[in-house]
Amino acid sequence: MMGQMMTWLRDPNPASRMQARLGQYYLGWLRLRRNPLAVVGLTIVLALLAMAALAPVLATHDPFAQDLGRRLLPPLTPGNWLGTDDFGRDIWTRIVFGARITLYIVALVAITAPVLGLLVGTVAGYFGGVVDLILMRITDIFLAFPRLILALALVSVLGPGIENAVLAIALTAWPPYARVARAETLTVRGADYIAAVRLQGAGSGRIILGHVIPMCLPSVIIRVTLDMAGVILIAAGLGFLGLGVQPPLPEWGLMISSGRKFLFEQWWVATIPGLAIFIVSLGFNLLGDGLRDVLDPRSSGK
Amino acid sequence: MTEKSLTARGLRLLRQLTGLLLTLAITLLGLMVVTFTISRVVPIDPVLSIVGERATTAQYEAVRLDLGLDEPLWKQFGIYVGDVAQGDLGRSIRTKLPVADEIVRFFPATLELATLATLFGVIVGVPSGVLAATRPGTWVDQVVRVVGLMGYSMPVFWLGLMGLLLFYGVLDWVGGPGQLDAGYQMMLEFEVTRYTGMILIDTALAGEWAMFTNALSHIVLPAGVLGYTSMAYISRMTRSFMMNELGQEYITTARVKGMPERRVIWVHALKNVLVPLITVIALSYAYLLEGSVLTETIFAWPGLGSYITDALFAADMPAVLGGTLVVGSVFVALNMLSDVLYRLVDPRAK
Repeated sequence: MMGQMMTWLRDPNPASRMQARLGQYYLGWLRLRRNPLAVVGLTIVLALLAMAALAPVLATHDPFAQDLGRRLLPPLTPGNWLGTDDFGRDIWTRIVFGARITLYIVALVAITAPVLGLLVGTVAGYFGGVVDLILMRITDIFLAFPRLILALALVSVLGPGIENAVLAIALTAWPPYARVARAETLTVRGADYIAAVRLQGAGSGRIILGHVIPMCLPSVIIRVTLDMAGVILIAAGLGFLGLGVQPPLPEWGLMISSGRKFLFEQWWVATIPGLAIFIVSLGFNLLGDGLRDVLDPRSSGK
Repeated sequence: MTEKSLTARGLRLLRQLTGLLLTLAITLLGLMVVTFTISRVVPIDPVLSIVGERATTAQYEAVRLDLGLDEPLWKQFGIYVGDVAQGDLGRSIRTKLPVADEIVRFFPATLELATLATLFGVIVGVPSGVLAATRPGTWVDQVVRVVGLMGYSMPVFWLGLMGLLLFYGVLDWVGGPGQLDAGYQMMLEFEVTRYTGMILIDTALAGEWAMFTNALSHIVLPAGVLGYTSMAYISRMTRSFMMNELGQEYITTARVKGMPERRVIWVHALKNVLVPLITVIALSYAYLLEGSVLTETIFAWPGLGSYITDALFAADMPAVLGGTLVVGSVFVALNMLSDVLYRLVDPRAK
């Protein structure tokens, strides 16, 4: 069965479009699998997903339950293997539940920012001329702000909180997608199949949504994977400054900032959540790097 | 070269320059639209934050008129642009001092930190990128790649805290947060003229070598932490530029001639890699401005980053927006500069 499927996937003369496409994905997977670092990245990302999904099972305590009798216990204490924080809350449990918050932020940004970028980029590329000029100027202006600083200024308007942090991050994250989408649009704009659809009487909206955006998706998706690490770091930075997710939610950046007060005496309170952020964003970086090598052989440098 | 083509070249350069300046002007105007919009939708009443809760209606109205808030929005924006062009960024709500003056005072510390960090990034990043490019696929390449990716993946504020924990808390090799030990900080006020605002330069100019050494021990860690990120970026780009260059025909020619490999790489190829690398270094310098916000908070470094975050917590909007605008402008200026440098250095660039 398995062998049959592999030959089907590897068939050099695919019988259907689906077979061809699946075959391409399979070959890509084979190439990705040869890159050990990318496999490590994929494992980390999958582990994060599993952690978030199984949080109530993996957790040993209630993430909000305070136990002032068991404050600031060091790691490897029986019952709290990663130790406890200043309210006696179990750090392992909070890390596990924090995975959900991180994924929530990442997923929301990964949905909103590329959509905005795709719309701006394809519209600019498709219409060209003045529209292109204006939209790309706006894109450049947003690119001109350092992301974290613009996000800080936006949060100062919107007020702190998880949704506002997501909004601020998304509003700073879309310009690169607009650039990518515009470049892709320019290459397909003059294609015959677009002219054919236009001759059939399709409006610009329909052409962009139905025929241009799908062509831009692959390159945008690679960009998203590569960007996720940056999103995690900015979200953690906002949380650390107290402008993102608010206490008592177990957001990793926020946990670091609460551990900062006793860094020199109880090092683990700040260290462990930072390790979690580091590992997860390293995972996304490794995976994105590997994906880029697979999907864009030019940049692999081999 | 004939005289005619020289004039043509000069004209082209002039046209490029005006185009560049126009772009710069439009981008800066766009930055101001963003900060202006933020300042108008922010739920803080600018009048109330100046006059305070106990002001009479008359006082309130006077300040409102003074700020030009009765004018139509487009006119308010015009006033704002005019003010900014004259270097007036408004007054800080906390200190009542002009924001522009405060930024001038805080900026050198950030500049000093970012410069040292970039130096670190270049000194470590360029050679490691070259090493990786000349040995692709080997363990050297993998180590450089992983160390670089780690730099991309580490929250800079956490790296700062870990650095403090290890090098200050446990090993006691470096100074703690702040620019100087408390004792020297007092001396700084009275005995050192702040010509540049940069602590290393000012203490050196004053001949206060003990203070200089102390300052050095305080700046090493934040500069290293910031520099790690830019090192990751620079080494990655160096590797990719170098790989590209080593595939060129002139390299093969040089090798066939029997030129020592070391000379081929470090003289011939590197010379051509340096051209695009200038852009990368200028860009990494710009990104450091961003990293400095969090790093300065950790290390109590009195720079622009600390200034913006402190203002943010005090809901001091003129200071926040002034700082944001300045950082954005510097960012744009550095981008432009890297563009111009690239055109100047690389004769192929059109």
